[in-house]
Amino acid sequence: MIDPVEAVLVIPAMAIPVLALISGYRLGAAVNILACALTFGAATALLFTEHPRSDLVIIDDFNIFLIILTTFVGFTTSIFSATYLAHEIEIGRLTPALLRFYHAMYQALMCAMNVALVANNIGLMWVGVEVATLSTVMMVGIYRTPEAIEAAWKYFILGSVGIGLAFFGTILIYLVAQEVVGDGLPAMAWDLLVRNAPMLDPKLLSLAFVFLLVGYGTKVGLAPFHAWLPDAHAEGPTPISAVLSGLLLNVALYALLRFKMVLAGNMGAIDVGAIMVTLGLVSLVFAAFMLYRRRDIKRLFAYSSIEHMGIAAFAFGMGGPLANFAGLLHMTMHSLIKSGIFFAVGHIAQVKGTQRIAAISGISVTHPVLAVLFCLGVIAIAGLPPFGMFTSEFMLVSSTFVRQPVLSVVLVAGLLIAFGALILRLQDIVFGEPTGQAHPAQASYIPAYVHLTLVLIAGLWLPDPVVQWFRGVAALLG
Amino acid sequence: MSTLLFDVAHLLAGSMLVLSFALLYQDRITAVINVFALQAMALSLSVAWQALVQDAPHLLVTSAIALVVKGFVIPAALHRIVRRLQIHREIEQVIGAGPTMLTGLGLVALSILLMQPVGEVNIYVREDLAFALAVILLGLLMMITRRNAVTQVVGFMSLENGLVLAATGAKGMPLVVEVSVAFSILIAFIVFGVFVFRMRERFDTVDVSALDRFRGERRDTT
Repeated sequence: MIDPVEAVLVIPAMAIPVLALISGYRLGAAVNILACALTFGAATALLFTEHPRSDLVIIDDFNIFLIILTTFVGFTTSIFSATYLAHEIEIGRLTPALLRFYHAMYQALMCAMNVALVANNIGLMWVGVEVATLSTVMMVGIYRTPEAIEAAWKYFILGSVGIGLAFFGTILIYLVAQEVVGDGLPAMAWDLLVRNAPMLDPKLLSLAFVFLLVGYGTKVGLAPFHAWLPDAHAEGPTPISAVLSGLLLNVALYALLRFKMVLAGNMGAIDVGAIMVTLGLVSLVFAAFMLYRRRDIKRLFAYSSIEHMGIAAFAFGMGGPLANFAGLLHMTMHSLIKSGIFFAVGHIAQVKGTQRIAAISGISVTHPVLAVLFCLGVIAIAGLPPFGMFTSEFMLVSSTFVRQPVLSVVLVAGLLIAFGALILRLQDIVFGEPTGQAHPAQASYIPAYVHLTLVLIAGLWLPDPVVQWFRGVAALLG
Repeated sequence: MSTLLFDVAHLLAGSMLVLSFALLYQDRITAVINVFALQAMALSLSVAWQALVQDAPHLLVTSAIALVVKGFVIPAALHRIVRRLQIHREIEQVIGAGPTMLTGLGLVALSILLMQPVGEVNIYVREDLAFALAVILLGLLMMITRRNAVTQVVGFMSLENGLVLAATGAKGMPLVVEVSVAFSILIAFIVFGVFVFRMRERFDTVDVSALDRFRGERRDTT
């Protein structure tokens, strides 16, 4: 019996060379799906094993839930990716040789994200986030159009600057911990950092967090560090937009939260919550206004990702059991809905042959199944009941209203502005006279419907074990 | 500990900072690459010195990687690229050399100020970290002021030099991280190489400003 922790890292790592060698793209896609399914299986097995802990690897309730979410969305995206790419090959936008590279990079991304999630060593976590970024840079530029190269270049430059600053912050944390914990690996182990947090030097710890915040904050896409995000989402292949939005942003936010937990244990350190609340609200309001001026459908939902990451950061910044619960639920719902929406958007862009919103209308007439799917997705992301995002936003608004009434006004205003923009665009795209091309859709709708069904179930009735679990993690987050 | 040991460490770190300034105002691509190679060598010496002082032989590996890869292999490859693309011409800077140097000075002052609290924890690493942060920030500045893809690569690698300097200055930082830094530079180089060639293929230039008109939102209005 192999250890599931090793399995979630080894399966994707072994799939990289295998996929790089397979020349047939159908076989490659199948192996990709298989590898993702096995990883997901291994991640689920984590639930039933004891939680291991070493200086390098840690499994606790917080990351188990993110590992399962990550591998699940990775798995459904690989299914979507197979049909999506078949169409791209057909119209000649991608060649089979590029697909070998694409599949290998996809597994590299999955492996790197799992490394970042299971890491107890803050250096190892940094390596995971860095490798995940580099592999997505390669995939964003894969179409090799001028726009794609511009996007990948921008993503690379901003991403590496961010990651450089995050590394400097990591070194500073090590320096602080070294005085208390001693030299070597233990001084970089996250759980030992948390345990010794009260003894750490508060000034240096605060300084380190500023670097980490700017570094990982760039990856999360919080305004004003978000400039790479819309380009990278719009110009890459749609499956990559889905994993970027649904997973990589979460992983970066997860890294930031780990450090927040260290600072929370230290009395003299800066108030991380206040900073995250501010950044979260700025991102939310800024992105909500930006939604109105978007002309590109993938760019529209990229800004919506900034908005939702802002909401999640705000929730964790507020802290406390209820707001943390809302933040965790929001992260989960956003992953599922946003990747589902990108699945639908990918097919819409394919049947219409364009991503320009002005050229897309009347989907409900030409492609009813797709239109319903897209409609449900937008309703869910806009935070309408009965979907799960309504629950998380409602919990967040009500808990904020009790504690900080003024902030809740800003929060609600941001939510309503974003809601208006999304509904406006939804009408343009789905209803009206059909214009332009309308190719028949050769799509698999199952992944997107599975996601939306899960979100619907979460909105109607959260199973008791899940609630208990989220409560436990929320308490852990402080 | 004897002050001489620290003086030498500071001398080496300081020379890296001076070379960072030299990178800022060089206006020929070949000169930029040569200065970068020199900086990598200074880094290598500095890391080797740290290995000696801290009695940490594994740091010699990091030092060797810096010397071989960043001191020789990458500069040689960049020279090849530059020759092949025939871009021996001057570099246009977004802002002039004077303001850039002044901004650089400001950044050095900023890093010294920021690193003040380190002294309360560990007085010995304060200067090292201040130097390293200054090199990092100057690398950032270089990436901002340059528009040529090749010199932006150099700016990025100079930033990484600063990171390695900081990591080795922290006593007993696990090797895992250092090796990963070296690896990431290599990966970064591959990535950049791919992009540079693709850019050449598409635009017949490596000037990044040629990409500006392709910014996503703008194409809809034109």
